[in-house]
Amino acid sequence: MPYITLQDHLPGITGLLEFSKNTAKPIRDLTQFLLRGSSTLSEADRELIATVVSHDNECAFCTTAHTAAADLLAGESNTSQKVKENIDTAPVSEKMKALLHIATATGKGGKQVTEGQINNAREAGATDIEIHDTVLIAALFCLYNRYVDGLGTSLPSEPAYYNVLADRLVNHGYTRLPQGYDHLKK
Amino acid sequence: MAHINVPEGVPGIRSLVMFRPETGKHLYALAQELLRGESPLSEADRELIAAHVSKRNDCFFCMSSHAAAARCLYGEEEGIVDEVLQDVEQANVSEKMKALLHIAGKVQILGKEVKPEDIDRARQEGASDKEIHDTVLIAAAFCMFNRYVDGLASFTPTDPELYKEMGKHMAKGYNLPSNDRTG
Repeated sequence: MPYITLQDHLPGITGLLEFSKNTAKPIRDLTQFLLRGSSTLSEADRELIATVVSHDNECAFCTTAHTAAADLLAGESNTSQKVKENIDTAPVSEKMKALLHIATATGKGGKQVTEGQINNAREAGATDIEIHDTVLIAALFCLYNRYVDGLGTSLPSEPAYYNVLADRLVNHGYTRLPQGYDHLKK
Repeated sequence: MAHINVPEGVPGIRSLVMFRPETGKHLYALAQELLRGESPLSEADRELIAAHVSKRNDCFFCMSSHAAAARCLYGEEEGIVDEVLQDVEQANVSEKMKALLHIAGKVQILGKEVKPEDIDRARQEGASDKEIHDTVLIAAAFCMFNRYVDGLASFTPTDPELYKEMGKHMAKGYNLPSNDRTG
Protein backbone atom coordinates (compact mmCIF):
# COMPACT_ATOMS: atom_id res chain seq x y z
CA MET A 1 0.00 0.00 0.00
CA PRO A 2 1.40 3.40 -0.96
CA TYR A 3 1.72 5.93 1.90
CA ILE A 4 -0.67 8.34 0.16
CA THR A 5 -3.81 7.66 -1.86
CA LEU A 6 -2.89 6.99 -5.48
CA GLN A 7 -4.85 5.44 -8.33
CA ASP A 8 -4.77 1.64 -7.96
CA HIS A 9 -4.08 0.91 -11.59
CA LEU A 10 -0.92 3.07 -11.71
CA PRO A 11 2.01 1.42 -9.86
CA GLY A 12 5.43 3.01 -9.36
CA ILE A 13 6.10 6.47 -10.68
CA THR A 14 3.02 6.87 -12.89
CA GLY A 15 0.58 7.15 -9.96
CA LEU A 16 2.76 9.87 -8.42
CA LEU A 17 3.04 11.85 -11.64
CA GLU A 18 -0.74 11.72 -11.99
CA PHE A 19 -1.22 12.69 -8.31
CA SER A 20 0.78 15.89 -8.79
CA LYS A 21 0.61 16.98 -12.42
CA ASN A 22 2.06 20.45 -11.83
CA THR A 23 5.33 19.09 -10.53
CA ALA A 24 5.21 16.15 -12.97
CA LYS A 25 5.41 18.45 -16.01
CA PRO A 26 8.99 19.77 -15.50
CA ILE A 27 10.16 16.33 -14.29
CA ARG A 28 8.74 14.69 -17.41
CA ASP A 29 10.12 17.42 -19.71
CA LEU A 30 13.58 17.16 -18.16
CA THR A 31 13.59 13.38 -18.54
CA GLN A 32 12.36 13.55 -22.13
CA PHE A 33 15.20 15.91 -23.05
CA LEU A 34 17.90 14.01 -21.15
CA LEU A 35 16.95 10.49 -22.22
CA ARG A 36 15.34 11.08 -25.62
CA GLY A 37 16.66 14.43 -26.82
CA SER A 38 19.41 14.80 -29.40
CA SER A 39 22.65 13.49 -27.87
CA THR A 40 25.95 11.85 -28.78
CA LEU A 41 25.04 9.18 -26.23
CA SER A 42 22.60 6.60 -27.59
CA GLU A 43 19.17 6.23 -25.97
CA ALA A 44 20.20 2.73 -24.87
CA ASP A 45 23.35 4.10 -23.20
CA ARG A 46 21.34 6.76 -21.38
CA GLU A 47 18.88 4.10 -20.18
CA LEU A 48 21.85 2.10 -18.88
CA ILE A 49 22.91 5.10 -16.76
CA ALA A 50 19.36 5.27 -15.35
CA THR A 51 19.40 1.51 -14.72
CA VAL A 52 22.72 1.43 -12.89
CA VAL A 53 21.81 4.33 -10.59
CA SER A 54 18.37 2.88 -9.81
CA HIS A 55 19.99 -0.48 -9.09
CA ASP A 56 22.47 1.13 -6.66
CA ASN A 57 19.57 2.95 -4.99
CA GLU A 58 17.76 -0.39 -4.59
CA CYS A 59 14.67 0.92 -6.36
CA ALA A 60 13.02 -2.22 -7.76
CA PHE A 61 10.42 -0.40 -9.87
CA CYS A 62 12.84 1.98 -11.61
CA THR A 63 15.54 -0.68 -12.06
CA THR A 64 13.15 -3.12 -13.70
CA ALA A 65 11.48 -0.46 -15.86
CA HIS A 66 14.72 1.06 -17.18
CA THR A 67 16.34 -2.34 -17.64
CA ALA A 68 13.36 -3.25 -19.83
CA ALA A 69 13.67 0.02 -21.77
CA ALA A 70 17.45 -0.43 -22.24
CA ASP A 71 16.94 -4.02 -23.40
CA LEU A 72 14.23 -3.04 -25.88
CA LEU A 73 16.44 -0.30 -27.34
CA ALA A 74 19.52 -2.55 -27.51
CA GLY A 75 17.67 -5.59 -28.79
CA GLU A 76 19.34 -7.79 -26.15
CA SER A 77 19.38 -8.15 -22.38
CA ASN A 78 22.99 -9.13 -21.72
CA THR A 79 24.48 -5.63 -21.49
CA SER A 80 22.06 -4.27 -18.88
CA GLN A 81 22.59 -7.38 -16.76
CA LYS A 82 26.37 -7.13 -16.99
CA VAL A 83 26.62 -3.41 -16.14
CA LYS A 84 24.58 -4.06 -13.00
CA GLU A 85 27.00 -6.84 -12.02
CA ASN A 86 30.33 -5.17 -12.83
CA ILE A 87 30.88 -2.05 -14.91
CA ASP A 88 34.53 -2.84 -15.65
CA THR A 89 33.87 -6.25 -17.20
CA ALA A 90 30.61 -5.31 -18.94
CA PRO A 91 30.48 -5.33 -22.78
CA VAL A 92 30.41 -1.53 -23.18
CA SER A 93 32.95 0.97 -24.55
CA GLU A 94 35.72 2.41 -22.37
CA LYS A 95 33.93 5.76 -22.56
CA MET A 96 30.69 4.24 -21.27
CA LYS A 97 32.57 2.49 -18.45
CA ALA A 98 34.05 5.81 -17.39
CA LEU A 99 30.67 7.55 -17.60
CA LEU A 100 28.96 4.77 -15.64
CA HIS A 101 31.58 5.15 -12.89
CA ILE A 102 30.79 8.88 -12.76
CA ALA A 103 27.09 8.01 -12.56
CA THR A 104 27.51 5.59 -9.65
CA ALA A 105 29.70 8.10 -7.83
CA THR A 106 27.04 10.79 -8.34
CA GLY A 107 24.47 8.39 -6.92
CA LYS A 108 26.51 8.04 -3.73
CA GLY A 109 26.92 11.80 -3.37
CA GLY A 110 28.03 14.77 -5.47
CA LYS A 111 31.39 15.01 -3.74
CA GLN A 112 32.14 11.35 -4.57
CA VAL A 113 32.85 12.31 -8.18
CA THR A 114 36.65 12.60 -8.48
CA GLU A 115 39.03 14.41 -10.83
CA GLY A 116 40.40 10.97 -11.69
CA GLN A 117 37.01 9.73 -12.84
CA ILE A 118 36.50 12.87 -14.94
CA ASN A 119 39.99 12.50 -16.47
CA ASN A 120 39.32 8.85 -17.32
CA ALA A 121 36.14 9.87 -19.13
CA ARG A 122 37.98 12.59 -21.05
CA GLU A 123 40.79 10.24 -22.04
CA ALA A 124 38.17 7.83 -23.35
CA GLY A 125 36.78 10.67 -25.49
CA ALA A 126 33.88 11.99 -23.40
CA THR A 127 32.86 15.60 -24.03
CA ASP A 128 31.77 18.21 -21.47
CA ILE A 129 28.16 17.76 -22.53
CA GLU A 130 28.38 13.98 -22.13
CA ILE A 131 29.88 14.35 -18.65
CA HIS A 132 27.26 16.96 -17.75
CA ASP A 133 24.37 14.84 -18.98
CA THR A 134 25.69 11.73 -17.23
CA VAL A 135 25.84 13.54 -13.89
CA LEU A 136 22.40 15.06 -14.38
CA ILE A 137 20.78 11.77 -15.45
CA ALA A 138 22.31 10.08 -12.39
CA ALA A 139 21.11 12.92 -10.13
CA LEU A 140 17.64 12.83 -11.69
CA PHE A 141 17.32 9.14 -10.94
CA CYS A 142 18.27 9.85 -7.33
CA LEU A 143 15.12 11.99 -7.37
CA TYR A 144 12.96 9.35 -9.05
CA ASN A 145 14.17 6.46 -6.89
CA ARG A 146 13.54 8.38 -3.67
CA TYR A 147 10.17 9.65 -4.87
CA VAL A 148 8.99 6.16 -5.84
CA ASP A 149 10.23 4.36 -2.71
CA GLY A 150 9.86 7.24 -0.25
CA LEU A 151 6.09 7.21 -0.80
CA GLY A 152 5.94 3.41 -0.71
CA THR A 153 4.42 3.02 -4.18
CA SER A 154 3.36 -0.46 -5.20
CA LEU A 155 5.02 -2.71 -7.74
CA PRO A 156 3.02 -3.93 -10.73
CA SER A 157 1.04 -7.09 -9.93
CA GLU A 158 2.14 -8.65 -13.22
CA PRO A 159 5.69 -8.59 -14.65
CA ALA A 160 4.19 -7.99 -18.12
CA TYR A 161 3.40 -4.45 -16.97
CA TYR A 162 7.09 -3.59 -17.43
CA ASN A 163 7.02 -4.69 -21.08
CA VAL A 164 4.08 -2.39 -21.78
CA LEU A 165 5.86 0.39 -19.91
CA ALA A 166 9.15 -0.15 -21.77
CA ASP A 167 7.28 -0.07 -25.06
CA ARG A 168 5.75 3.27 -24.04
CA LEU A 169 9.11 4.69 -22.93
CA VAL A 170 10.73 3.68 -26.22
CA ASN A 171 7.93 4.49 -28.65
CA HIS A 172 6.27 7.46 -26.93
CA GLY A 173 8.84 8.75 -24.45
CA TYR A 174 8.53 10.38 -21.06
CA THR A 175 5.90 13.04 -21.65
CA ARG A 176 2.37 12.47 -20.38
CA LEU A 177 0.15 10.46 -22.70
CA PRO A 178 -2.30 12.93 -24.28
CA GLN A 179 -5.21 10.63 -23.43
CA GLY A 180 -4.04 9.97 -19.85
CA TYR A 181 -3.83 6.49 -18.32
CA ASP A 182 -7.44 5.38 -17.86
CA HIS A 183 -6.99 2.71 -20.53
CA LEU A 184 -4.71 0.84 -18.09
CA LYS A 185 -7.65 0.24 -15.74
CA LYS A 186 -8.65 -3.40 -15.62
CA MET B 1 37.49 24.64 -10.89
CA ALA B 2 34.35 22.97 -12.09
CA HIS B 3 34.73 19.60 -13.87
CA ILE B 4 33.32 21.07 -17.09
CA ASN B 5 33.73 24.38 -18.90
CA VAL B 6 31.04 26.51 -17.23
CA PRO B 7 31.11 30.35 -17.07
CA GLU B 8 33.81 31.38 -14.62
CA GLY B 9 32.94 33.07 -11.33
CA VAL B 10 29.24 32.17 -11.55
CA PRO B 11 28.23 30.22 -8.46
CA GLY B 12 26.56 26.81 -8.11
CA ILE B 13 23.62 25.79 -10.19
CA ARG B 14 23.53 29.12 -12.05
CA SER B 15 26.77 28.24 -13.82
CA LEU B 16 25.41 24.81 -14.76
CA VAL B 17 22.13 26.05 -16.20
CA MET B 18 24.01 28.71 -18.17
CA PHE B 19 26.17 25.91 -19.58
CA ARG B 20 23.12 23.84 -20.51
CA PRO B 21 19.93 25.96 -20.61
CA GLU B 22 18.06 23.13 -22.38
CA THR B 23 18.02 21.20 -19.10
CA GLY B 24 18.27 24.29 -16.93
CA LYS B 25 14.87 25.62 -17.93
CA HIS B 26 13.17 22.44 -16.68
CA LEU B 27 15.21 22.43 -13.46
CA TYR B 28 14.18 26.01 -12.70
CA ALA B 29 10.56 25.27 -13.63
CA LEU B 30 10.65 22.37 -11.16
CA ALA B 31 12.15 24.52 -8.38
CA GLN B 32 9.53 27.20 -9.00
CA GLU B 33 6.63 24.73 -8.93
CA LEU B 34 7.93 22.81 -5.89
CA LEU B 35 8.93 25.79 -3.76
CA ARG B 36 6.60 28.56 -4.99
CA GLY B 37 3.67 26.69 -6.56
CA GLU B 38 0.46 25.75 -4.81
CA SER B 39 1.04 23.70 -1.66
CA PRO B 40 -0.44 23.40 1.85
CA LEU B 41 3.13 24.00 3.10
CA SER B 42 4.30 27.62 3.31
CA GLU B 43 7.09 28.78 1.02
CA ALA B 44 9.30 29.28 4.09
CA ASP B 45 8.66 25.72 5.31
CA ARG B 46 9.44 24.32 1.87
CA GLU B 47 12.73 26.26 1.67
CA LEU B 48 13.55 24.92 5.12
CA ILE B 49 13.04 21.32 3.95
CA ALA B 50 15.34 22.09 1.00
CA ALA B 51 18.03 23.53 3.29
CA HIS B 52 17.73 20.62 5.75
CA VAL B 53 18.19 18.00 3.02
CA SER B 54 21.04 19.96 1.40
CA LYS B 55 22.83 20.11 4.72
CA ARG B 56 22.46 16.35 5.15
CA ASN B 57 23.87 15.91 1.63
CA ASP B 58 26.80 18.13 2.60
CA CYS B 59 26.02 20.54 -0.25
CA PHE B 60 27.21 23.89 1.10
CA PHE B 61 25.96 25.94 -1.84
CA CYS B 62 22.37 24.64 -1.75
CA MET B 63 22.24 24.59 2.04
CA SER B 64 23.45 28.19 2.37
CA SER B 65 21.31 29.61 -0.42
CA HIS B 66 18.07 27.87 0.59
CA ALA B 67 18.67 28.65 4.26
CA ALA B 68 19.04 32.30 3.23
CA ALA B 69 15.81 32.15 1.22
CA ALA B 70 14.03 30.53 4.18
CA ARG B 71 15.29 33.23 6.60
CA CYS B 72 14.01 35.87 4.23
CA LEU B 73 10.57 34.23 4.01
CA TYR B 74 10.24 33.58 7.76
CA GLY B 75 10.95 37.27 8.46
CA GLU B 76 10.97 37.85 12.22
CA GLU B 77 10.98 34.11 12.85
CA GLU B 78 14.20 33.61 10.86
CA GLY B 79 15.87 32.02 13.90
CA ILE B 80 13.91 28.84 13.16
CA VAL B 81 16.21 28.11 10.25
CA ASP B 82 19.40 27.76 12.25
CA GLU B 83 17.58 25.88 15.00
CA VAL B 84 16.39 23.29 12.48
CA LEU B 85 19.78 23.01 10.80
CA GLN B 86 21.29 22.36 14.20
CA ASP B 87 18.70 19.93 15.62
CA VAL B 88 15.23 19.35 14.22
CA GLU B 89 13.80 17.83 17.39
CA GLN B 90 14.85 20.78 19.57
CA ALA B 91 13.80 23.46 17.10
CA ASN B 92 10.94 25.86 17.70
CA VAL B 93 8.71 24.46 14.93
CA SER B 94 5.38 22.61 15.06
CA GLU B 95 5.27 18.88 15.79
CA LYS B 96 3.91 18.39 12.27
CA MET B 97 6.88 20.19 10.77
CA LYS B 98 9.26 18.08 12.89
CA ALA B 99 7.60 14.91 11.60
CA LEU B 100 7.85 16.15 7.99
CA LEU B 101 11.50 17.14 8.41
CA HIS B 102 12.11 13.68 9.86
CA ILE B 103 10.59 12.12 6.72
CA ALA B 104 12.74 14.42 4.54
CA GLY B 105 15.81 13.20 6.44
CA LYS B 106 14.86 9.59 5.73
CA VAL B 107 14.36 10.35 2.03
CA GLN B 108 17.84 11.86 1.98
CA ILE B 109 19.32 8.52 3.09
CA LEU B 110 17.31 6.44 0.60
CA GLY B 111 13.67 6.07 -0.45
CA LYS B 112 13.36 2.71 1.28
CA GLU B 113 14.33 4.26 4.61
CA VAL B 114 10.92 5.94 4.90
CA LYS B 115 8.96 3.52 7.09
CA PRO B 116 5.22 3.33 7.87
CA GLU B 117 5.92 4.62 11.40
CA ASP B 118 7.55 7.76 9.99
CA ILE B 119 4.39 8.44 7.98
CA ASP B 120 2.14 7.58 10.99
CA ARG B 121 3.95 10.15 13.10
CA ALA B 122 3.25 12.86 10.51
CA ARG B 123 -0.39 11.77 10.19
CA GLN B 124 -0.88 11.91 13.95
CA GLU B 125 0.26 15.53 13.81
CA GLY B 126 -2.31 16.21 11.12
CA ALA B 127 -0.22 15.99 7.94
CA SER B 128 -2.26 15.48 4.76
CA ASP B 129 -1.44 13.36 1.71
CA LYS B 130 -0.41 16.48 -0.16
CA GLU B 131 1.89 17.66 2.65
CA ILE B 132 3.56 14.26 2.84
CA HIS B 133 3.85 14.12 -0.94
CA ASP B 134 5.35 17.59 -1.23
CA THR B 135 7.82 16.88 1.57
CA VAL B 136 9.05 13.66 -0.06
CA LEU B 137 9.30 15.24 -3.50
CA ILE B 138 11.16 18.32 -2.24
CA ALA B 139 13.59 16.06 -0.38
CA ALA B 140 14.04 13.83 -3.44
CA ALA B 141 14.49 16.84 -5.72
CA PHE B 142 17.23 18.23 -3.50
CA CYS B 143 18.99 14.86 -3.62
CA MET B 144 19.12 15.63 -7.35
CA PHE B 145 20.05 19.33 -7.15
CA ASN B 146 22.77 18.69 -4.53
CA ARG B 147 24.37 15.93 -6.62
CA TYR B 148 24.21 18.05 -9.75
CA VAL B 149 25.88 21.03 -8.08
CA ASP B 150 28.64 19.06 -6.32
CA GLY B 151 28.98 16.24 -8.88
CA LEU B 152 30.21 18.79 -11.42
CA ALA B 153 32.21 20.68 -8.77
CA SER B 154 30.53 24.01 -9.51
CA PHE B 155 31.90 27.13 -7.79
CA THR B 156 30.84 27.40 -4.13
CA PRO B 157 31.27 30.89 -2.62
CA THR B 158 31.96 31.13 1.11
CA ASP B 159 30.95 34.77 1.80
CA PRO B 160 27.74 34.75 3.93
CA GLU B 161 26.76 38.21 2.60
CA LEU B 162 26.63 36.80 -0.92
CA TYR B 163 24.18 34.09 0.17
CA LYS B 164 22.06 36.68 1.96
CA GLU B 165 21.67 38.57 -1.32
CA MET B 166 20.96 35.32 -3.16
CA GLY B 167 18.27 34.45 -0.61
CA LYS B 168 16.49 37.77 -1.24
CA HIS B 169 16.30 37.04 -4.97
CA MET B 170 15.27 33.43 -4.44
CA ALA B 171 12.46 34.49 -2.10
CA LYS B 172 10.86 36.18 -5.12
CA GLY B 173 11.01 33.07 -7.27
CA TYR B 174 13.16 30.97 -9.57
CA ASN B 175 13.89 32.44 -12.97
CA LEU B 176 16.38 30.94 -15.37
CA PRO B 177 19.47 33.15 -15.54
CA SER B 178 20.13 34.35 -19.05
CA ASN B 179 23.47 33.86 -20.74
CA ASP B 180 24.14 37.59 -20.97
CA ARG B 181 24.49 37.42 -17.15
CA THR B 182 21.96 40.17 -16.53
CA GLY B 183 19.27 37.66 -15.47
